Amino acid sequence: MNFKLKDIGPQLITVIAVVLVFGFFTYNAQINMESRGIDFGYGFLSQESSFDVQFSLIEYDGSHSYFRAYLVGLLNTILVSVIGIVIATILGVIVGVARLSPNYLINKFAAFYVEFFRNIPLLLQIFFWYFAALRALPLPQDAEAIFGVFFLTIKGLYVPAFIWENFNIFLYSIIAAIISIIVIRIHAKKLQETQGKQLPVFYISLGLIFILPLLSFLIGGVRLFFEIPVLKQLATTSFIYEGGVSLPPELIALTLSLSLYTATFIAECVRAGIQGVGKGQKEAAASIGLTPNQVLKLVIMPQALRIIIPPTTNQYLNLTKNSSLAAAIAYPDLVLVFAGTALMQTGKAIEIVSITMFTYLSLSISISILMNWYNKKIAIQEK
Amino acid sequence: MFKINFLKPDQSNLNTFLYLGTFLFFISILDVFFNSFFKVNITGFLPGFLSFIIPLLLGFVGLFFIRIEYSGIKKLDLINKHINTNNFNAILSLLIIFIIIKSIPPLLSWFIIDASFAGDSKDVCTGSGACWTYIKVWLRRFMYGMYPNGEQWRINLSFIALALLGSVGFFATDKFKKYLTLYYVVIYPLIAFLFIFFFISGGPVFFDLSYGIIAAILSVILGFFIPSKYKFYYFLVVPFTLYILLKYFIFFEEYIELGKLDGLNWVETGAWGGLSLTFIISFFCLIFCFPIGMAFALGRRSGFPLIRYISIGFIEFWRGVPLITVLFMSAVMFPMFLPEDFFIDKLVRAIIAISLFEAAYVAEVIRGGLQALPRGQYEAAKSLGMGYWKMHIFVILPQALKLVIPGIANTFLALVKDTPLIFVVGLLEIVGMLNLAKTNPKWLGFAMEGYVFAAIIFWIICYAMSKYSYNLEQKYKTDR
Repeated sequence: MNFKLKDIGPQLITVIAVVLVFGFFTYNAQINMESRGIDFGYGFLSQESSFDVQFSLIEYDGSHSYFRAYLVGLLNTILVSVIGIVIATILGVIVGVARLSPNYLINKFAAFYVEFFRNIPLLLQIFFWYFAALRALPLPQDAEAIFGVFFLTIKGLYVPAFIWENFNIFLYSIIAAIISIIVIRIHAKKLQETQGKQLPVFYISLGLIFILPLLSFLIGGVRLFFEIPVLKQLATTSFIYEGGVSLPPELIALTLSLSLYTATFIAECVRAGIQGVGKGQKEAAASIGLTPNQVLKLVIMPQALRIIIPPTTNQYLNLTKNSSLAAAIAYPDLVLVFAGTALMQTGKAIEIVSITMFTYLSLSISISILMNWYNKKIAIQEK
Repeated sequence: MFKINFLKPDQSNLNTFLYLGTFLFFISILDVFFNSFFKVNITGFLPGFLSFIIPLLLGFVGLFFIRIEYSGIKKLDLINKHINTNNFNAILSLLIIFIIIKSIPPLLSWFIIDASFAGDSKDVCTGSGACWTYIKVWLRRFMYGMYPNGEQWRINLSFIALALLGSVGFFATDKFKKYLTLYYVVIYPLIAFLFIFFFISGGPVFFDLSYGIIAAILSVILGFFIPSKYKFYYFLVVPFTLYILLKYFIFFEEYIELGKLDGLNWVETGAWGGLSLTFIISFFCLIFCFPIGMAFALGRRSGFPLIRYISIGFIEFWRGVPLITVLFMSAVMFPMFLPEDFFIDKLVRAIIAISLFEAAYVAEVIRGGLQALPRGQYEAAKSLGMGYWKMHIFVILPQALKLVIPGIANTFLALVKDTPLIFVVGLLEIVGMLNLAKTNPKWLGFAMEGYVFAAIIFWIICYAMSKYSYNLEQKYKTDR
């Protein structure tokens, strides 16, 4: 090894610059904290938080710790992200396929949707749904029931709650169904590879996932009751729904705008993916006698997915990060609960902001690891 | 001989099917049309559900009848090919036509017919439509924020001047074309910076940066005489040294004081706002994030492991966190990292934060372009004896950037759409001003109009940008 100044010089300068900048920041931070009498530490996490959160998935009130508040915020963020990702994917795939439809009207309609929602800032859309559109909904006492059980009011969406009996057995039946589907899939693949026979895997899976839980109802003694929300008068003009599950308007506005916005990007990914599969592939598949369904399932989709997945992963990440805009409409997500309220109360700026950023960083990295794993699984295995 | 099979329309009874089908189709359209425009329900005598579904049914049967292959009539074939290929498509087409017809009257009445335009108080807004008076009254605030009314000509003048200076590229003669890059990368941003930070903010600050400017100019002039071998190290060391020499040893404060002008009234950045702030922030972040992103893209592809890892760390960090937390950091955490008497304006902090954030995305986009270039380009450039910088500036980057125009345009679009987030640091651009106006007790209840107005503005800006990038892409497309 011969070290040359040419190789070492730039690296050394860069490292020194980075170290200097960081050193400068830490030095100042120490001096500032000393002069203001703030001590650095994460001990505050176990202290009593003494603030309340509007909407929480786990039991929480002011007597719980800051760490619990952090968990509440994190769970709310994950809830919005998961719902948003599911809706955005479904909508995005539909619109993306519609963009390629030979039907002129559908094609243009989808294009209009994409161009319209993509070019308006997400924050503006959230504000629009929350402050303008959802505010036009009826008051609880005037709300009309949708299918007799849902109530969409200005105070949120009220849906019936599920009350289970012997929920464990139901859960086991679903797990059993999933395991048996996996076993059948492996078996079918082996059968296909050794004997060339094809099993109707899709229908078998569909049947299993319905029949096993159904059996648990019939034999296992599982019971399901619905608790339908009921209107209750608090004062002369103040009404509220009791029972059931209430989804706050913040959650609705947020998931609606996040999924409508992200779906446009996913639609473009899907379109690009399907267009990216060469025409020759389709023709070649048809010419060896595959049916249109088989062409789609065995030839087009596996190749299209390879193009679609990496950019779609980015969109999932964006959606998760964009869910932090919740703070603007007071949906109690991680940023509002932890980087907002908790920071105001404790004044521990560095600790709290760093925890928040680290959390988002790990969320992003875990989603991208998951999708990378899936991407690698379906990638071309080159020899 | 008159055997008509209604389940299978074909060419032999073309006319019968054509007239019948068109008739049914038009009946269904007419029904929906009357229903939505004149509130007349033709099929009202039928039971509720049937009356609701009958246009769809009629239209479907009509479309089914006119779906005749190779009819020989050009227009019919065109319709069949485009909106009527099979039953499923026919129903979807019908539904879309119905939705369009149904949604025109309410939109029209809200936007124009029932809307109020006149007057300058809330009282005129009695109709069921939009209250554009609200936008009219608040327009100055939406455009300029809290910037004093009497001083707003400064913003207008700056923007017009910058737009004119920016359009120089279109009129440049061939002789000056080669200097355009230099102009747009160095001179124009500098002029824009001077305009915005000294003209729009005003105050006696005209020559505060003179040490830096003089040092920069001097070092660039001296740089021409330095052999290219040492240029890199020269530019690392000399400008900074010159700056320190000038500031502490040669030019004293008194000389600089001479250059100060009383200038315009000082308007603090907290009062800036509205759409003009959106433009200012987008403009500066756009200018700053591009070179930073390019540097990190090159860093990530660099052969030096330490530089590579630092670049990867930087890029992945900024890409992993949401912008809102970055702005939080710039608002509450960043002041802790600076010396106590050192104060950076919150607008500058926000611009730095957004620039660094977007730079990471730009870096990834440019890296994609760099990776897409075939190795032969690098090898060819090297075999001509080009060094690292020469190779990148003259061979690699021009090609790579051409490849990634759409990606960069998307990043810039994202940047423009991210500007409303600066409400976190307490700056109110147009969306922030809307939220402020909405809570004004005199003007309660007009949230919808405000958001629609801002949405239209943003939509126009973003759509124009995306179309422009598309044109650019077509213009610079080179076949390989």
